[in-house]
Amino acid sequence: MSATPSGAATTHATADYQQVFTGATKARLEALFAKYETRQACLLPALWMVQEARGWIPEQGIAEVAEVLGLTPAYVKGVVTFYTMYHTHPVGRHFVMVCTTSPCNMCGAEDVVRALLKATGCGELGATSPDGRFTVVETECLGACGFATPILIDNDFIEGVTPERVPGLIQGYK
Amino acid sequence: MGFPHPSHPKETVVLSKYFGDAQARSYDGWVKRGGYEALKKALGMSRDAVINEIKESGLRGRGGAGFPTGLKWSFMPKEVTQPHYLCCNADESEPGTFKDREIMRWTPHALIEGCAIACHAIGAEVGYIYIRGEFTEPWKYMEQAIAEANAAGALGANVFGSGKRIELILHRGAGAYICGEETALMNSIEGKRGNPRIKPPFPAAAGLFARPTTINNVETISAVPHILNRGAAWYKGLCLSNPKSTGTKLISVCGHVQKPGNYEVTMGTPMKDLIFEMCGGMRPGRTLKAVIPGGSSVPIMNAEEVDRCLLDYEGVVACGSMLGSAGMIVMDDTTDMVYQIMRLTRFYAEESCAQCTQCREGTGWTHRIMERILAGQGKSQDLDLLLDLADNMTGKTICVLSDSCAAPVVSGIQKFRGEFEAYLSGQRKPALVHA
Repeated sequence: MSATPSGAATTHATADYQQVFTGATKARLEALFAKYETRQACLLPALWMVQEARGWIPEQGIAEVAEVLGLTPAYVKGVVTFYTMYHTHPVGRHFVMVCTTSPCNMCGAEDVVRALLKATGCGELGATSPDGRFTVVETECLGACGFATPILIDNDFIEGVTPERVPGLIQGYK
Repeated sequence: MGFPHPSHPKETVVLSKYFGDAQARSYDGWVKRGGYEALKKALGMSRDAVINEIKESGLRGRGGAGFPTGLKWSFMPKEVTQPHYLCCNADESEPGTFKDREIMRWTPHALIEGCAIACHAIGAEVGYIYIRGEFTEPWKYMEQAIAEANAAGALGANVFGSGKRIELILHRGAGAYICGEETALMNSIEGKRGNPRIKPPFPAAAGLFARPTTINNVETISAVPHILNRGAAWYKGLCLSNPKSTGTKLISVCGHVQKPGNYEVTMGTPMKDLIFEMCGGMRPGRTLKAVIPGGSSVPIMNAEEVDRCLLDYEGVVACGSMLGSAGMIVMDDTTDMVYQIMRLTRFYAEESCAQCTQCREGTGWTHRIMERILAGQGKSQDLDLLLDLADNMTGKTICVLSDSCAAPVVSGIQKFRGEFEAYLSGQRKPALVHA
């Protein structure tokens, strides 16, 4: 099941880049190959694996995924940049997404954003806090409109966030 | 039931019966509640017999389009000469809609059982459930439930000893509203950008991996086991108004009501009963101003239209909008309509896949005009310009995202023109656009 075309020199194999698809991660990806008709269909899952391992998707990660799946880096980059949850730049240890689309907006989501920017020390949307702990972004509808305002911190989906709850919630993430 | 609230006497609780009941999440818990009987029954029936039962029931797609489910299934080739696929659309991202999330969080086996029955009916051995990337909790419960179903023989190489292979695979999205469009979803599974495809070919002819494919919404599929258990006639009988709209519908209600939540009602239930009785009405001292009934992509209704509206596919159309996914955004008299419409146009501008010119340019342009109106820099001809743009964005593109951006703008200008004019004339102070 080798996916490496012709053993050519790889673009990602720089001294400071540690490969993601080795050992257990490689096995996890290869187990997925049987679930789809094409290797390319494993692209979104493979990108999730890179982000899990690195916290974001660096250029070398894109090149590694391309090689493992038999695609070109340019193609993979086109896909990465289509989807908003893949980070093409390093982010804080905890990534916070706040829904501010209309249903939440009407219920005070922008106040939650302000409270989060203050409590995390990020100051600005998209910026990482000086201690490296947090990055806060606005996101479009999180699909929990009846529980305004939902936020997603890493993989924790938290409903009904109010400005008052924010300082306490943030404390749980070191 | 109006989860997270107790069930209201005017609800008809079928799909939502076990919302909030953590015991219903496990395989054993689901079997104790009558689970997997419908799948066993279906496996003893022919493909045609299952499809006919669903046709008879009148079940229509709950994701927004309302296409008859049995008819859709019947488009799949009778002879299986190549792989057939089921795609379950769990990319719930339509602003105002949060029902599929509860189905997956509380009753994952209801969805699995429905998917297995659908696979059998369309001649598929493999089904993909595409869950939006942000739904971490539904993913966790679905993953556990699929593992349990495999272990119990309800999925796998030989489902309940029938000799049939049915495998379900979870596929995680990564943040893209457009992937809820059926062909964009298939592209996304295939490892591509989520651009909708030109139709035809329709999915039943060439869908996922260019194979015959059926794609259904989570709520649609979850209704299937109930129909097989209780019969098409029972389901068809759940109808208070137009006979073309049958069964129950989960209505997600959010915004300015006392008790937001998911309410399950018989098709044809008056909208005012839902808002003013089941949801407890407006907050004290407030009055209803507007409702966007079908997720944000449909025309805005005013209070008069809400008052006479019956909740089914035809009833909402008769009142100038669409039932859509039934994500109902309720707005009271404190709402700045211009601001909220601007926020919706930002959503569509943000989520456009940028494939079609009318959408790529039109959504962004619309958003910029809305922003300048709110910033007090609007021009007198801006409303005509917005309507002209909307006209060019409707019915001109591969998918309906562009139309969806135009819907709240056009209906907003028609029904709340005075609020726009107040910003244009300087009568109203400019509103801050960004937090």
